[in-house]
Amino acid sequence: MADISRRTLIKATGAVGATVLPFAVDANETPSQALNEHNQVRTPSIAGANAGAGDPQRQPTYLFFNAEEAGFIEAAVARLIPKDEQWDGAIEAGVPSYIDKQLAGAWGAGERLYRSGPWQPGTPSQGYQLPFTPAELFRTALRVINQELSATPFVQMSPDQQDSYLKSLEAGGKDLGGVPSQVFFAHLWQSTVEGFFSDPVYGGNRNMVSWRMIGFPGAYASYYSLVDRHGIKLERAPMSLAEDAHGHIHVDAAIPATSP
Amino acid sequence: MAQRLKPVDAVTIGVGLTGSLAAHELTQAGLKVVGLERGAARFTVPDFQSPAIHDELRFSIRKGMMQDNTKVAVTFRNNSDETALPIRRWESFLPGQGLGGSFVHWNGQSFRAQVADFVYRTHLLQRYGKKFLDSCGPELTVQDWGVTYDELESHYDRFEQLIGVCGKAGNIKGRIEPGGNPFEAPRSREYPNPPMKETYFGAIFRKAVDNLGYHPYPQPSSNLSRPYTNPLGLKLNACVFCGFCERYACEHYAKGSPQTAILPVLLKNPNYELRANCEVLRINLDSTGKKATGVTYVDGAGREFEQPAEIVFVTAFPLNNVRTLLLSGVGKPYDPRTGEGVVGRNYTYQTTGGPTVFMDESINVNPFMSSGAPGTMIDDFGGDNFDHSNLGFIGGQYVGSIMTGGRPIEFHPTPPGTPAWGLEWKRAVARHYNHTISVQQHGTSAPSRLNYLDLDPTYKDAWGQPLLRMTFDFPENDIRMSQYIADKTVEIGRAMGGKIVTRGGTKRPYTTTVYQSTHNCGGAVMGDDPKTSAVNRYQQCWDVPNVFSLGGSSFPQNITYNYSVTIGALTLWSLEAIKKQYLKSPGAMVQA
Repeated sequence: MADISRRTLIKATGAVGATVLPFAVDANETPSQALNEHNQVRTPSIAGANAGAGDPQRQPTYLFFNAEEAGFIEAAVARLIPKDEQWDGAIEAGVPSYIDKQLAGAWGAGERLYRSGPWQPGTPSQGYQLPFTPAELFRTALRVINQELSATPFVQMSPDQQDSYLKSLEAGGKDLGGVPSQVFFAHLWQSTVEGFFSDPVYGGNRNMVSWRMIGFPGAYASYYSLVDRHGIKLERAPMSLAEDAHGHIHVDAAIPATSP
Repeated sequence: MAQRLKPVDAVTIGVGLTGSLAAHELTQAGLKVVGLERGAARFTVPDFQSPAIHDELRFSIRKGMMQDNTKVAVTFRNNSDETALPIRRWESFLPGQGLGGSFVHWNGQSFRAQVADFVYRTHLLQRYGKKFLDSCGPELTVQDWGVTYDELESHYDRFEQLIGVCGKAGNIKGRIEPGGNPFEAPRSREYPNPPMKETYFGAIFRKAVDNLGYHPYPQPSSNLSRPYTNPLGLKLNACVFCGFCERYACEHYAKGSPQTAILPVLLKNPNYELRANCEVLRINLDSTGKKATGVTYVDGAGREFEQPAEIVFVTAFPLNNVRTLLLSGVGKPYDPRTGEGVVGRNYTYQTTGGPTVFMDESINVNPFMSSGAPGTMIDDFGGDNFDHSNLGFIGGQYVGSIMTGGRPIEFHPTPPGTPAWGLEWKRAVARHYNHTISVQQHGTSAPSRLNYLDLDPTYKDAWGQPLLRMTFDFPENDIRMSQYIADKTVEIGRAMGGKIVTRGGTKRPYTTTVYQSTHNCGGAVMGDDPKTSAVNRYQQCWDVPNVFSLGGSSFPQNITYNYSVTIGALTLWSLEAIKKQYLKSPGAMVQA
């Protein structure tokens, strides 16, 4: 696959904003290009492509989103938390991959969601009352959005147009196949925030960018000696759950995973 | 058909704080006890260890330690005119599940109630008169507890020793102690352990309230300030301020909990048997309806059992206690139209909220260096610590700077007016994250004849039984109270040096969509009168004297403070009476 260009693939499938490939070709294509550029994965070197494809942490594959859905999600989260001169944004942080994994897994299927009927709209105090699981909610809403925008897909809009469209979803009043648009927007925003700030083991917050941006040190376990040094500036780099060897699966069967 | 098991002396429905504590007392007295826990057995090692325990997404956001609401949820409505619908995701309150219950994921904020709290109605009538109380809301059903602070003091003391509470006494036998809370009820002695180190946000709050003439004190904590061996010989460690406490279990043996303070002894006692993954369906009554014969439960594999027992202890989360009594026909259900009946009556909550104080960029707050009870606080506006004569409300709140961590999915404050997303939002988050202090208001919830718990007519659990239905909104009294204190708290925020200070306080309608507190209270309240209480002063059911319903469900109304330590003291109080009186002569300990 290494010699198939991204543009070729998009033409072949008719998709815009297709699944992120393990290598980048055309910087003008979609927001997903930015991810590739940022990670400096080289084109079209066979070795580089293989390295990317073999490392799902670096170049995850979409498990839930289809190409059209991915196109919208990538472009939308890039507006919700944009890259700026100092810090990467949601795209660079891998937020689309985080959302994809969540929707493909237990959360998407309705984990911790009471799902018995009868169903009826409630008051705001009663909270979420739709039968949709998160996966069903995203799929249903995204299909209507992409149909509505078929003339000018979201990914081809200018940033200002994209912001206006997102604000129209946020404001509500639009029916997305039974999903009120403000409900879809709230799910999208909450998922984006989760993907930006959660531990990188879930696929977002790459390079712990959000933690470095705000100064959150991550999964450190102790500040006993620091808590009464009032106002100090903590300079150490943040730490992910992944950096604690106790949590790892050991390849060598002679090394128990539960050490020490 | 249920398989009938060998009878035992006592069974507890739930093995959290009250269930493990009651079982410990009973097994020590020689009784054979079975503990039925609907969740899994779980222990500090290996279940609560790092790195997995420091996972904000799993535990804070996905509610990893909470009651499985896909099996048993709660339905909710703001008032009786609405149709209650299931709370499909936990947000406002978070009942725990699994061995140790909610006392595993609690924060360890460890207060005693005040003297007046236990005789609240009597106290208010004496100080302000009936006309005043009626003017606060004719719907209010404030009442006394049937037990006094003096009767509970030794049990408070014993419970604090058990879990190793840290603090500075403010009142020892009536003598006001410098550095402590001068509004504190009189204690027989100092706390078992000294206060925790003061955080930076605590120190900033202390300076501000000192200047305003208030009375700051260190929040009593069951995150330990030093290594401690409790009276059962169990060793607890000093808390290291990891910032993952509320909604998490402690990996360090540093938080008072059943796992650290009770269970290692209880589980070794040959008189005790823990059965995890067992869902109790009902308490069984004999043909008279006046005596319980045991319980029926379903194990994890779906097999149904009948466990005969001489005494049944209802020791689940308060909402689940009330539901168990209703499902079993123990006590008359409350009817809001007539005001008659007691089970479900006087359900109360907690008034919370407070300002966000945005500080200068030079102030590194470091909110992630924290424990579950890191506050510096004041009680000047707590309970009835201030004159209410001209205020038109009863009750009060403590105010404190209590930041239980800086976990960023939950905590990324931006000042009012900041766009909800986009570049400006992102820059505001980066600017304010480490330079913002949360100040907490936390206080009383007045009971109302309009607020109650009953069984839902429509929605069912995984076993086909009705869910509990909650009908609740904050009485106007509580809004007036909390908004009065919100004004005072904004002044404190400004005195702290806040460049921007938002305004807190409780608002109507109550919503289930925002976390407020897991201090759900009442519904099976204690008292002296069987017409207005489900249990007597020993938390013994009036109608079925071999059933005891222990815990927060017994509070006639909610107090200023976090309720766990008072629940512990009430449990020990009841168990002492059971050992001294009930076991020698089973039957009603108080004549109706």
